[in-house]
Amino acid sequence: MIEVVRPGPLTTVQDLGRPGLAALGVGRSGAADRRSAALANRLVGNLDGAAVLETTFGGLVLRFRQVARVVVTGAPCPIRRGRRGEAMNAPFTVWPGEELTLGAPTSGLRTYVAVRGGIGVDKVLESRSTDLLAGLGPAALSEGDELPIGDDECGPLPSVEVAPVPDPAGFALTVRVMPGPRDDWFTAEALKTFATATYEVTSESNRVGVRLTGPVLERAREGELLSEGMVPGAIQVPPSGLPLVFLADHPVTGGYPVIGVVLTDDLPVMAQARPGQTVSFRLVSADLPAAA
Amino acid sequence: MNIRRCGDQALLVDVGDTGGIDAVLGLYSALSDPRPDGVTELVPAARTLLVRFDPAVIGTGELVELLTGTEPVPAQAMRGELVEIPVYYDGADLAEVGKHTGLGADGVVEMHTAAEYTVAFGGFAPGFGYLTGLHPKLHLPRRATPRTHVPAGAVAIAGEFTGIYPRSSPGGWQLVGRTEVPLWDPARRPPALLRPGTRIRFREVR
Repeated sequence: MIEVVRPGPLTTVQDLGRPGLAALGVGRSGAADRRSAALANRLVGNLDGAAVLETTFGGLVLRFRQVARVVVTGAPCPIRRGRRGEAMNAPFTVWPGEELTLGAPTSGLRTYVAVRGGIGVDKVLESRSTDLLAGLGPAALSEGDELPIGDDECGPLPSVEVAPVPDPAGFALTVRVMPGPRDDWFTAEALKTFATATYEVTSESNRVGVRLTGPVLERAREGELLSEGMVPGAIQVPPSGLPLVFLADHPVTGGYPVIGVVLTDDLPVMAQARPGQTVSFRLVSADLPAAA
Repeated sequence: MNIRRCGDQALLVDVGDTGGIDAVLGLYSALSDPRPDGVTELVPAARTLLVRFDPAVIGTGELVELLTGTEPVPAQAMRGELVEIPVYYDGADLAEVGKHTGLGADGVVEMHTAAEYTVAFGGFAPGFGYLTGLHPKLHLPRRATPRTHVPAGAVAIAGEFTGIYPRSSPGGWQLVGRTEVPLWDPARRPPALLRPGTRIRFREVR
């Protein structure tokens, strides 16, 4: 059992989410930065589907009532186990009665804590993820919560002491974007701006999406788009003309045109973008292979 | 049928206005049981079907070929399960809808219970279905100011659709009644009572 001494600004339980249910109005959810969550699971020998903790901007304090193999990945932050310091991306053992404290990240936004065996809270629709938009899954952690350590099937403990993780992406972020599906709703000028301008991440960002501020993107046509399916990474442009990049808890459908979609490999960069950081978009080809 | 990229792991199939909702549902039905290998998610909407896929299992070109070669299930062959929903027609906007349409409250109830509806798609909230089949006389705009709180089970209309709020939420549809039928239960399989293709009739209870 793990006791939540302090949850920090926002800590949720996340796994790979709920794929395949979008037609029922249920989004996928799951860890916002899937790469860091997957690395965390691997470093304690969990399978990919194990649930981890996703903490936003640090400040998490946990007290362990049993011995556990633990690792911290994602946004780098100071880690204390009792009085000792621990390192990012390097698994360690926490002994019963010890407290684990995560400080504020020095860069990035979301830090992941994996425990061997997984976080064992009850599943809702086959997943332990908290979907903040749909209101599904366990509530965000609060003080005094007790989290069972799961007995998920595990692989062998990896023999690495620390996983090599590239340095954080820096202050000025660049992500690759495939134009469309509704880039034809925008003026040529807007498309040029989109591909060359620098946007700033605003503090209204959350697990639903990253809100940006910067040059306005003008539409080439009037009228409303009928709602259509959305994906993580979709860059929606509401009437304000300011783009918003969807993350894990995005709505299943949306009614504003999507000018482009961030490549899956670059989504972790968006998920770690913190308010004040800048983002620019580099367009890659969206040509469809010719049908045979 | 127009197929567009939606990032590196999804395609958006746009059936256009001529195809409409029937074409979307037909394509959705043809692809959903069973889903082709590598297709991870199908999201039907008013004019589009979003197809998410795993590029490790199916290539983009292969999927485009598969989609263009898929014969949509004809509308008359899609006879989904028929669900009857008992409704108390005492919605906060019923009188207003009656006045606006010239049908009167009783006329609205009569017209709303006379038709058979089909769930076209979901997406607003878990378990919510956009129902098609609403009589054109009942096609009304949303309320100018959305309500901050619509109770669970509220039966409502907006645009060409009618629907039922599965849980309390903000909402801008015109409320005509309410039902006590549970629409969403995560412990049930499937959790949603109304799924794309499900047919619905409303029955008045007092």
